[in-house]
Amino acid sequence: MATIVTKAETLVGKRIRRKEDPRLITGTATYVDDIKLPGMHHACILRSPHAAARIKSIDVKAALARPGVVAVFTGADIEGVGPVPCGASLPGLRIPPHAILAKDRVYFVGHPVAVAVATDRYIAADAIDAIEVEYEPTQAVADPEKALEPGAPAVHPEWPDNTAFTYHQEGGEPDKAFAEAEVVVKQRITSQRLIPTAMETRGVVAEPHGAEKSLILYTSTQIPHLVRTLVAQMLGLSENRLRVITPEVGGGFGSKLNVYAEEALMGFVAMRIGKPVKWIESRRENFLCTIHGRGHVDYYEIAAKRDGTVLGLRLKLIQDLGAYHQLLTPAIPTLSVLMMPGLYKFRNISADIVGVFTNCVPTDAYRGAGRPEATHGIERMMDLLAAELKMDPSELRLINFIGNDEFPYATATGLSYDSGNYAEPLKKALDTVEYHKLRDQQAKAKAEGRLMGIGISTYGEICAFGPSPATPAGGWESATVKIEPSGKVTVLTGASPHGQGEETTFAQIAADELGVPLDDVMVLHGDTAIVQYGIGTFGSRGTAVGGPALYFALQDLKKKIVKFGEMLLESGDVTFANGRCTSHSTGKSVALAEVAGATYRAMKLPPNTEPGLVATHFWEPPNFAFPFGAHIVVTEVDRDTGQVRILRYVAVDDCGNIINPLLVDGQIHGGVVQGLGQALYEQAVYDDNGQLVTGELMDYAVPKASMIPWIESAHTCTPSPVNPLGVKGVGEAGTIGASPAIVNSVVDALSHLGVRHIDMPLTPEKIWNLIQAGGRV
Amino acid sequence: MKRKITLKINGKPFTDEVEPRMLLIHYLREVAGFTGPHIGCETSICGACTVLLDGKIVKSCTMFAVQADGSEVVTIEGLASNGDLDPMQEAFWNQHGLQCGFCTPGMIMASRQLLERNPHPTEEEIRHGLEGNLCRCTGYQHIVNAVQEAALKGGA
Repeated sequence: MATIVTKAETLVGKRIRRKEDPRLITGTATYVDDIKLPGMHHACILRSPHAAARIKSIDVKAALARPGVVAVFTGADIEGVGPVPCGASLPGLRIPPHAILAKDRVYFVGHPVAVAVATDRYIAADAIDAIEVEYEPTQAVADPEKALEPGAPAVHPEWPDNTAFTYHQEGGEPDKAFAEAEVVVKQRITSQRLIPTAMETRGVVAEPHGAEKSLILYTSTQIPHLVRTLVAQMLGLSENRLRVITPEVGGGFGSKLNVYAEEALMGFVAMRIGKPVKWIESRRENFLCTIHGRGHVDYYEIAAKRDGTVLGLRLKLIQDLGAYHQLLTPAIPTLSVLMMPGLYKFRNISADIVGVFTNCVPTDAYRGAGRPEATHGIERMMDLLAAELKMDPSELRLINFIGNDEFPYATATGLSYDSGNYAEPLKKALDTVEYHKLRDQQAKAKAEGRLMGIGISTYGEICAFGPSPATPAGGWESATVKIEPSGKVTVLTGASPHGQGEETTFAQIAADELGVPLDDVMVLHGDTAIVQYGIGTFGSRGTAVGGPALYFALQDLKKKIVKFGEMLLESGDVTFANGRCTSHSTGKSVALAEVAGATYRAMKLPPNTEPGLVATHFWEPPNFAFPFGAHIVVTEVDRDTGQVRILRYVAVDDCGNIINPLLVDGQIHGGVVQGLGQALYEQAVYDDNGQLVTGELMDYAVPKASMIPWIESAHTCTPSPVNPLGVKGVGEAGTIGASPAIVNSVVDALSHLGVRHIDMPLTPEKIWNLIQAGGRV
Repeated sequence: MKRKITLKINGKPFTDEVEPRMLLIHYLREVAGFTGPHIGCETSICGACTVLLDGKIVKSCTMFAVQADGSEVVTIEGLASNGDLDPMQEAFWNQHGLQCGFCTPGMIMASRQLLERNPHPTEEEIRHGLEGNLCRCTGYQHIVNAVQEAALKGGA
């Protein structure tokens, strides 16, 4: 039996610049708004200005009379289309019917009410201004805690308590743990609503082919195949007559891990008018109508012994759901519960979630999706406990970490952590910042009246989503590898990268396994007519689940290559390495291109072997993967202005084996800055009437280059045993680690004033008021 | 009432009849066919639409096409010549200064102008100089690296 070896010099692990970049840096990439089709029309959507109102009448006559306007559709026209799907299921979950256009009521500002279609986008915009809608506004509620109060306005009149679901999870004996605890610390911690703000807004081009009853949908999404399945259902179209193409996607961060009303609406409109239709979301629409993230009010209690040993954790989690469920809305807080023990040996856990309807746009997965909230909670609580016990926060963490010999570790929330060495990144980060010297400097600063803080977070996260039984739509990923007759390699991945760089990392993996140059590999994705069914890119799964699928497809091909090599070389001891099949007995060899040609030419075939050199693998992960790390942040707070300045940001992350360190650094940097945005700057603010106050980039503070520090990034490497590549996933790590490290640092700077906790974002106003009040909130 | 405008884009002459309200970005993308500059916010915050107008960077989402009458416009498509990348494009590629790429055309235009005005900027000056351009993917660090590389190699 021939052995299979890989070539000695590998591309995996090298800092290789990306294959996808030439089109992006020259402005020749094609995003949805760059698509121009013959006869293409433009759609513009009229949206509710009220958070809660009855629609008394809609008059579209004036709009239809405008030159260039070809159609206007309202809720009365879309019978049989929809609803917008909720993919999550929880016991007793209340799912409000979610029509693609409002019928008799609107439930949030931005709710789609009508669509105008015209020959030009300016005319379409004029047309929606000419639609007359008579509303009867009703009381709205935008705050989830207020929505739970008796007598609060009912978001959906049929459910006056505004409760979509309650959910309880328990592990161990939490009541006993709290009864026996020597110390109990409690804190209310919020994780504010955030707006994902992918730089490219959403957009759809729908191209109908009436004679075939088929439709092509170009859409900016992270999940092309799931969009095909679900939009086909919404439109009553056969799934195989809908082709979904995701051209270049300008960022997602979870906001495009969804199926939106507009995707079905444009399909409907295009089929009705028999012409291609384009709709491009404005930034204002993006803020009003694309999902938001986070939206937690959490009540934590932690039980411990005086020596610092943690015993139990309780959480009451109030999730602001918004007015509807988007694809995964109600599932997101359940991920927080899974992750709530963090990296520590909590054997006793109790969590209660209440999912609350509000007159706001739905929340759903935003980078980290439930885990940043949980990590923020546990990392704040560890610091609060350390303060209570007068222990060093790093010491408290070190004595409570799950030990290296305890993996796989079964958590009290039902997970099995795959592998870990939790102390190592913390120790590395502590060494990097010279922790003890830093504490001396802090004491000196304090003596001088300066406010300097040191904040630590040691985070864990659930990546590589995920085993299928734990996901709503299958958690596997797929890959097809086609070695063409010329020996060139085409990879089709079911993942749908949109900036992560898998066209490069997957080419590195394939080039290594097949011994071909990087340039010989093309990675294609995001077209349901070309690529086998796939799940998509989210939950730090692209490389961690899509990568192994590719790896196994390559192994299948290598076996076939050897069979053909044995036939061509007339030898039974052939190995395939460095792109050649070599016979050890004769020393003769044959290149991959010749083997590939022979498989297609098929003049002769090895026994029980089919022509061609194509393999497809659907890989089901046996478990999630669990990356971890330690972030340390040094801050100084300006007494006079309340401004927080980050003096140092050190991130030590462990995402298992690294395919391309350059790209991993990029993921960490970007992730950290989104976590930093939450900690210091960003908040989606709704007023009491449900108006979004932060409705534009003018008012919503996405961090600029000048607002963030240099990030000192380093790694430890604990490979995952879950997959053959040993990778864990890295897309969300930075975001999850960042916010608690920053908040812990600022609280540390202000702790001698009596400050125990501050809710995000840490605006100068909030901090200044705290300082003025001598630390009293 | 349409108005006739004549301008040069990436060295080539264009003459078109446009509505006075048409934004320059829509003219560039939809009439002239240069889809490199992108629309990210329509309020001149994000900078994805940044182009050169008579040698100065402008946000083409908040200018009318008629205001560019008689001007010379350079978009991202106009930077590479005969297949050779501009040093700033090359630096963004080398330093992984982009992920989704949507902000990149504007970011590269702004970075070039930054170096024209200040050939040897400090990190702080680079960060300050790119305040008009938002990136949600990279955390800006690799963009800073890219501008530094281009500066070392003699700028734009």
